[in-house]
Amino acid sequence: MSQSPSLNTWSEALSGFYIGWLPLGLLIVAAVPLIFIALYALTYGVYGERKISAFMQDRLGPMEVGKWGILQTLADILKLLQKEDIVPTAADKFLFVIGPVIMFVGSFMAFVVLPYGPAFIGADLNVGLFYAIGIVSFEVVGILASGWGSNNKWALYGAIRSVAQIVSYEIPASIALLCGAMMAGTLSMQQFCVLQSGPYGFIHYYLFSNPIAWLPFLIYFIASLAENNRAPFDIPEAESELVAGFFTEYSGMKFAMFFLAEYGSMFMVSAIISIVFLGGWASPLPNIGGFALNEWTSGPVWGAFWIIMKAFFFIFVQMWLRWTLPRLRVDQLMFLCWKVLTPFAFIAFVLTAVWEIYK
Amino acid sequence: MQELGKAELNATRIIRQDDNRVVIEKDLDTEYMVLSMGPQHPSTHGVLRLECITDGEVVVEAEPYLGYLHRCFEKYCEKLDYPSIVPYTDRMDYLAGMNTELAYCLGVEKLLDIEIPRRVEFIRVIVSELNRIASHLVAIGTYGIDLGAFTPFLFCFRDREHILNLLEWISGARMLYNYIWIGGLAYDVPPDFRKRVAEFVAYFRPKAVELQELLTENEIFVKRTKGVGIMPADVAINYAWSGPMLRGSGVKWDLRRNDPYSIYPELDFDVPVPDGKFSDIGDSLSRHLVRALEMTESLKIIEQCLDRMPEVDGFNSRALIPKKIRPKAGEVYARAENPRGEVGFYIVSDGKSTKPLRCKARSSCFVNLSAMKDLSKGQLIPDLVAIIGSIDIVLGEVDR
Repeated sequence: MSQSPSLNTWSEALSGFYIGWLPLGLLIVAAVPLIFIALYALTYGVYGERKISAFMQDRLGPMEVGKWGILQTLADILKLLQKEDIVPTAADKFLFVIGPVIMFVGSFMAFVVLPYGPAFIGADLNVGLFYAIGIVSFEVVGILASGWGSNNKWALYGAIRSVAQIVSYEIPASIALLCGAMMAGTLSMQQFCVLQSGPYGFIHYYLFSNPIAWLPFLIYFIASLAENNRAPFDIPEAESELVAGFFTEYSGMKFAMFFLAEYGSMFMVSAIISIVFLGGWASPLPNIGGFALNEWTSGPVWGAFWIIMKAFFFIFVQMWLRWTLPRLRVDQLMFLCWKVLTPFAFIAFVLTAVWEIYK
Repeated sequence: MQELGKAELNATRIIRQDDNRVVIEKDLDTEYMVLSMGPQHPSTHGVLRLECITDGEVVVEAEPYLGYLHRCFEKYCEKLDYPSIVPYTDRMDYLAGMNTELAYCLGVEKLLDIEIPRRVEFIRVIVSELNRIASHLVAIGTYGIDLGAFTPFLFCFRDREHILNLLEWISGARMLYNYIWIGGLAYDVPPDFRKRVAEFVAYFRPKAVELQELLTENEIFVKRTKGVGIMPADVAINYAWSGPMLRGSGVKWDLRRNDPYSIYPELDFDVPVPDGKFSDIGDSLSRHLVRALEMTESLKIIEQCLDRMPEVDGFNSRALIPKKIRPKAGEVYARAENPRGEVGFYIVSDGKSTKPLRCKARSSCFVNLSAMKDLSKGQLIPDLVAIIGSIDIVLGEVDR
């Protein structure tokens, strides 16, 4: 955080606040955003998905629990908590239990480096982006463990597909993010946002200030869909082919953990794409003459608002695609990754490098 | 692909290329896995079970197993009066009850050699065409689900709901109607029938276009179905395929035209056959396309019927129903074009009883499904799902 001291003075001061041995200040700075996101991911992500899909399909969606069914997800969580925790007798017990945990941890550990506004960040690592990419790949281990440990043929198919897919799509996704890193000249997530904030609002975003940025932006968005197993790349859990893919045998809270991890990852990639290409917590509003809109809409709380809004927008697009498009076949998926996205990612990489040298 | 012996099979690897070419690599020893797909599987459309021998994602062989929904329809028929069989025919193809009822009643009427009032004929055609649209909507919607597109399914069901409401209004039931009776109908249509059906036709026309844009012309949908599960016309004929399946292979064969019954000869409609521009002839996309185009043709038929249907004062749809049905000794085979193909009833009467001596049902789905083993060879599992979906089976009719 040394690179932006003025923004983080009070959060730094807060981090040093202890009550006895309890790091209360650190808890507020680091844990509160995480808890908020976890709560969001479980309740409002699921609720939003159900409502959005319902409106797209001429339905109402959940309407019974609470007004407009707003408490539906809480009711679902209670139901899942009450369920018996079943481990199939033929399953590999250790892998079966550890699978969802790894996935959950992998998904939520990446939240540490996401900056929610200039003040809130778990840890402003100087290799934040690299850390996020790395920790998300960790999920593959969880998927493989649960798919293999279930001792179910459908789960095994799902796990194999998933591993092949995620490992392949990490290449174009990482190269696309590398383009962003080249534009910023840093890997620190906080620094990305700082560099893209300025008096002219959205003009400073790389997507608008750099003529090449749209290419890595699109590549990363498509690849992130595949990394998250979202439609049209949801082949690891293709319910019409593989029943439920790698979590076929899971029920109760273990199933909920997969669910939570999925929505967590959705938020994560949406936040990363908005940080790298759309300025993260930087306000999009420009100063116009005497109206200092940018100054008025900046600050710790506004920052959290902007980044969450940007992330919500990308989550909405993900849902929109999911409820519109059919699913690709495995070989078509691999074709898209290796023969379309990866070459274009390299082209974007070279073009960005050239632009950064000669701009 | 040539037949392979068991030993040879174990040392052979089948690879499917981008252009659907199947390449066989020999002497590569890999282990096969037997995968039981169904009877409880989301995309086997009921309780079909496929025992697949798989090599990775490639299905080396798939063997369909039937009978999970067998209800002894044919045996029951021998113990029931002719009119009491009608509700049982509903339960064969439960998505197209009216069409199956019509086929059965045509058979008994042929056996009895009785005349049907003209208004009854028109009503019969209207309801069975409505039911054909409803059935194709389910076929197209579930096909979308099989390929991962969930939204078209709900759009289809929303539109199907209007048809079911209409049919419920007419017959009192939503799926198992018992409406078309031997020699007549259970009830005459309600007074506003013509208006409301015309309203539905006007409502559905743009929706069919919307469905076309959302699903049929979707790039991913075309990629998933084009060239998948190609069935050449001659093989299709040898398998005795019928209905949209056969037309998908490019054979212009529709019983409403080729062996006309009821008032179909008077009506003007096309028999859609794929031209090979948008799809490869005989593939899954062609079969889907035939169904999508047939819905518009059915709308045409309904409109014409509404125009020409005679209004009769004091009409009694049960007036000509024989009090006691005891046909002369003889046998008859009657067939009709159902949404899924040719449904036929072979009825034998001994001339003494009010019950048929034998009633054999020719199921369109059963015959269409018999080609599954041939079609599934060397396909990927996602393609297998696409092929099953394009066959559009109703297990109630397969097993009877």
